[in-house]
Formats: sequence, structure tokens, C-alpha cells
Amino acid sequence: MGKKVGIEVSIAAAEAVGLCDVDVVAAYPITPQTHIVEHLSELVANGRLDAEFVPVESEHSAMSVCCGSAAAGARTFTSTAAQGLALMAEIVYIAASMRLPILMLVANRALSAPLSIWNDHSDAMMVRDSGWIQIFCENGQDVYDHIFHAYRVGEDPRVSLPVMVNMDGFILTHVIEPVEFWTKEMVGSYLPRFRPLNTLHPDKVVTMGAFGMPEIYAEQKMAHDQALKNSMPVLLEGWDELAKLTGRKYEPVELYRTEGAETLLLAMGSLCETASLAVDQMREAGRKVGLVKLRLWRPFPLAEVRKALSGAKDLVVLDRSISVGAANAPVTSEISAAMYHEPQRPRIHCMIAGIGGRDVTPEDITNMVDLSLKGTEQECHIYGVRG
Amino acid sequence: MKVRYRALHPFDKEAEERHIQEDHGLHPYDEYLKPGRIPHIWCPGCGLGIVVTAFIEAMKQKNVPVAQSAVVSGIGCTGRVAGYLDMDTYHTTHGRAIPFATGLALVRQDLIVTVFSGDGDLFAIGGNHLIHAARRNVNLKVICVNNFNYGMTGGQVAPTTPIDARTSTTPFGNAEPSFNLPHLAHAAGAVYVARWTTYHARQLVHSISQAFDKKGFTFVEVVAPCPTGFGRPNKLGSGLDEMRHYREVCEVRNGADPSEVEIRLREKIIVGTFVDVERPDFMEHYQSLVVARAQAKAKSKGKGKAA
Ligand SMILES: Cc1ncc(C[n+]2csc(CCOP(=O)(O)OP(=O)(O)O)c2C)c(N)n1
Ligand code: SF4
Ligand SMILES: [Mg+2]
Repeated sequence: MGKKVGIEVSIAAAEAVGLCDVDVVAAYPITPQTHIVEHLSELVANGRLDAEFVPVESEHSAMSVCCGSAAAGARTFTSTAAQGLALMAEIVYIAASMRLPILMLVANRALSAPLSIWNDHSDAMMVRDSGWIQIFCENGQDVYDHIFHAYRVGEDPRVSLPVMVNMDGFILTHVIEPVEFWTKEMVGSYLPRFRPLNTLHPDKVVTMGAFGMPEIYAEQKMAHDQALKNSMPVLLEGWDELAKLTGRKYEPVELYRTEGAETLLLAMGSLCETASLAVDQMREAGRKVGLVKLRLWRPFPLAEVRKALSGAKDLVVLDRSISVGAANAPVTSEISAAMYHEPQRPRIHCMIAGIGGRDVTPEDITNMVDLSLKGTEQECHIYGVRG
Repeated sequence: MKVRYRALHPFDKEAEERHIQEDHGLHPYDEYLKPGRIPHIWCPGCGLGIVVTAFIEAMKQKNVPVAQSAVVSGIGCTGRVAGYLDMDTYHTTHGRAIPFATGLALVRQDLIVTVFSGDGDLFAIGGNHLIHAARRNVNLKVICVNNFNYGMTGGQVAPTTPIDARTSTTPFGNAEPSFNLPHLAHAAGAVYVARWTTYHARQLVHSISQAFDKKGFTFVEVVAPCPTGFGRPNKLGSGLDEMRHYREVCEVRNGADPSEVEIRLREKIIVGTFVDVERPDFMEHYQSLVVARAQAKAKSKGKGKAA
């Protein structure tokens, strides 16, 4: 086991990327991602990491470089946030459709306008349908561990897909947390060498990114959809092995004090830690409230979600983004659709909270539960909004 | 109806007195700045304030009314200029100041549209727009504050960072050659190209006011200290030290060949007005080629119908 250190989560994440011995890092700076990439540039410059560091001229170029290097069989890393992800979006889709296993750390930040550098999940939701594996992290250790997990799963020939690991901007990127490091040996035993499935190679020529005529486009999309869904056993296997190595067990859907709960909260990312404090307080007050943490966003863990939610009377979904003009926010919509055909399902309440960096405290969460239980099912609230 | 911010917040004599006594005093050109926005967020010793003052000074010299001036910025420390000036300003997304400004300048030909942005914004993420606007000769006054790095995000390497210079992403020196901005702007088609540093405040005012008078795409590069992002890792000292450095290393060479004015770390910097030529601007071409032909066609069609 490696040592436990107090470290800024961005630096720990960069150290993990370094331990994975990546070959190419291509990134453009954007708050709150900067420390991750700066630290990687340092690792490369002082010889601790033998990689190409490409300080590209925009995020669009960053993801394009990543596609090129991944197609050549290099272990590839990038990181961005908000506007950067928006600019990159065109190539984000390309990377997934071409089945290129790239790791991207997204330091989640709100999309403009108005310009905001603070946290929410609108950036991740914008590329929700791009066909990447998408994981949300709760704390620093979680981010650190998932760097290894992401490479292991994404590069597995049964998967061959890019992986997006989401960490809340500032709330995670800029805090100092205790993180238990992995040793080189642990990484060596957990993460095999990257043996790419498809590469551009002069001896075995292929064309990537070719035209998909109407006769083949739908089939290609179906294949991609199946590939993403079929990554589930590999994701689980990766988490099992990680548990054997570190003692920390991650799951697509994690439960916190849900025994006998009549009301469930559902959250993603760092909000889960806040929500768990609120649950503790409510449990102490004798209320039957539990928390469901949705770690895996894509592929959507349908069976696990149904199993976790069907017993409750009420479900309060904490959505950290807004789908302007829609009936519900993105996570609530997804959950509602998943539960619709269940013979027994909770009343589902949508609470949009913590967007554009608005702080969410455990007291807020308790308030949201109270508000939800008073209201009707259809209502979609933006919690704490003024005016 | 449009209302200026100042009209909503009329001049407060008492507040001025209070500011002067208790705090920092008012900016000498306070009437050009949005009330309540000063003090700004820029670091002590940053060159940006000088450039803003030079811009306002040029407006005054040329009697450009506030109502006739529009400023478009990208994102970055320089991009903040749009938030401070009390006139029509547009704080766009990173790299897109020029296309926003193009749309504005074409529709409102009565305005003087100034693009105020950073080296990263104009030459990294937005580089493509700059060369095309210069090629088209859109009537835009570009002021590029070159501090050799991405100041706002913490001093990372930019396409303007001199080779060998240190930044937060090139901790042991930059391995990439940098752009020579005047050369690039000239090659792309700018009709007016100048470079000054913030030490050359008067020449800078003069160049900006010359640019106001020109029709077409003008480009003024202002080399500015960024003690926080670029000065520190390169041991250039404080903002003031960097100004002293510019006083020592700059050589004024008006009319210099733009291909020969590349900047290298700690070496001589050539400043001056390098290009000042005439060329039909975008609108002139458009009017004479597209509009005139379309009108002629419409006329001949009209005739056919009548016959
Ligand atoms: C698409 C996108 N990518 C990245 C950023 C982050 N970002 C904000 S300002 C900036 C660089 C600014 O550098 P420059 O234009 O030179 O302005 P300066 O701060 O140096 O004045 C970057 C990379 C962003 N806002 N949007
Ligand atoms: S970081 Fe540099 S450019 Fe930005 S305000 Fe500070 S000194 Fe000025
Ligand atoms: Mg700059």
C-alpha cells in the first residue's frame, strides 16, 4: 500500500496520471483544470514522466491531438472544463465513435453565459450523449483511484472507449484532502500495458473517420451503443480488482443509510458527501431518509438504479444542472424514465441545486427534502433561487 | 431604449470626496469607466491599466464620442477591459472577439469598433479569426496586449511566449518558437501595424489615434508587463522593473520590416509603426462587387417584367 498524504486533489490526480505512464498529454488551460495540467508539464519537464506534453492552442486542438495519438496507440490524457469542453465537443463525439481510449478529467464548471468559473454539471451534461464512459467522483481519493480504473477499463479490448472522469471544479480540484497513493507495483499489477485494438499503422492500413452512408450509419451507432453498454462487466471487474488492491469498493450505484428509508436522496459527485451529512442529521432526528449515490452516469446502470429506488415512497433528485425549457433537469429525467415501467416506484421530485457555484449545505439538503415532501411530483424546483 | 450605466448611477460628488480621502481616489478618466467597477482586479504592476488609459486618451484626442465607440473583448485579464469601460462593450467567449466585432462593424458602420484582447485570445484560440479579418480588411481596430502568456489562467505558455522563457507549463523553458505578431498581421493583410510597450505611453496613444482614422483592419501590439504570470518565472522583477527593462532594450524603428521584429527573451525589442498602407476595406469591396451587381441584376429583371 502506498502512503497517505494531504495533497491538493488536482496534484494527486496528475500524479496518478504520471503513474499510469501516459505517452501524450495535450491540453489547453482553463480554470479550474489548470493545476492538473501544470503539474503534468512539470513531471515531463523534470524527467519523472516520459511523455509528450503538447501545449495546444485550444481545446478543439487538444482533443484532436488526443485522437491522433490514441489512434497511433499511445496512452493519452487531457483535461478541461466548461467552455473548453464546449469548444471540444465536436471531437469528443469523434473520439468515442472511433473507439479511442482517451482519459479526460473534467473539472466540472458551469457553462457561459453568464460567464462563471464555478462549479456545476452543465458541461458534463452537454456531452452526455457523446458515447463516452462517464464517471462522477465524490472526493479526492475517488478521483485518484479512478484514473487507474479509467485506463484499465477504457483500454480493455472488450471496451476500447474513452473515459470521462468528472470532478467538481474547486470543490474537489482546489482542496487539500488525504489521499492514499498507489505504489508503482500496484499500478503495474492493476493496469496492463495498452495494446490498442485499432491503430493507424503503415503495415496494416486502416481508414478512420470515413463516411457512414445511410446504409451503415444506424448500424454503426447501434454497435457503439452496445459497446458502451457492454463495458459494464469490465467496469465492475475493474472495481472488484481495485477493491482487492486498496480495500475501497466502488459501485455504479452506492447506497448510504438506505435501510428502511421512505425517502431517498439521489446525487452525483461531491454533493454526495454533503448529502450524507444531511442524511446523518435527519436519521438522528428519527427520519427515514437515505442516500443513493450515482457514480456511473454512462453506461447508465439501469438495473442497479431500479433496484436501489423501487422501495422508496419519495425520491428527491439533486440535479446540478438545468435543462432549460425541459420538464425536468437531466438526472431527474433519466431517473424518471428508468422508473416509469416499474410496478412500484417512488414519487420523483426534481431539485436543481448548486448551479453556477451556489453553495449547497447539509441544511439546504434537509430543506429540499422538506420542500419536496410538501409538493407534488411534477414540480421541478430551482432551490434557493431569489426574486 | 438604451441607457448608459452612468445615467442610472449619476455622478456622486460626495462619494468622490470620500474615495479620495479614504481610499484610492478616482481614476482621472473616471467618466469613461463604469461607476463602481474600480478598483479593478488587475495585479499591482500590471501593464493593462496603461493600455486602457492610452485608449481613452486617444478617444479624447480624436474626439471620439462614447456613443460612437464600441469595444469587444475576448476572455482573459485583457478581456476584462470590456467590463470596465462605460460604453457599449461586448465580453465575448475566449478567442471570438474578432468575429463578434466583425458582425457589429458590418451592421453599424457608424461605430468605431475596437477589439481589445490578449495575445492568447487573439493568436492561440482565436488565431484563425484574426488572419481572416485581416485578409478581408474588416474595419476593426485591434489592440493586442501581449504579455507573453495566458495571464488570467495562471501564466501558462502561449504562442507568443519567447523560446526558452519559463511559464507554469514550461517550467524549464519553452521549446517552441513564438509568433512575430506584426509580421503575422502584416502578412494577413492589416493596413496599419504598430508595436509599442507600455513604457511608450505617448507613442501608443498616437498609434491608437492613427488607427481610429484609418479605414480597415488595424493592429497595434502592446508589450505589457505581467509581473504575476510572466515576470516572476523569468525573473523580470516587478512591473516597474519590467518597464525599466523595456526602456533599455527597446529601439524605435518606424517603418521596420515586420519580418525582422521578432521578440526574444531579454534581447532587443524593435518598436514603432511598421505598416501604414491603403487598401479597400471589406465594405468597399462588398458594395462595389456584390451590392452593385445585385442591384444591376434586379434592375434588368425589373425591365424584363415591364416589357
Ligand atoms: C474555450 C476556453 N478555453 C479556455 C479558457 C480559459 N482561459 C481564460 S483566459 C485564458 C487565456 C488568456 O490569455 P490572454 O488572451 O493572453 O489574456 P491575458 O489574461 O494574458 O490578458 C484562458 C486559456 C476559456 N475561458 N475558454
Ligand atoms: S496576471 Fe498578469 S495580466 Fe493578469 S492582471 Fe496580473 S499582471 Fe496583469
Ligand atoms: Mg496574455
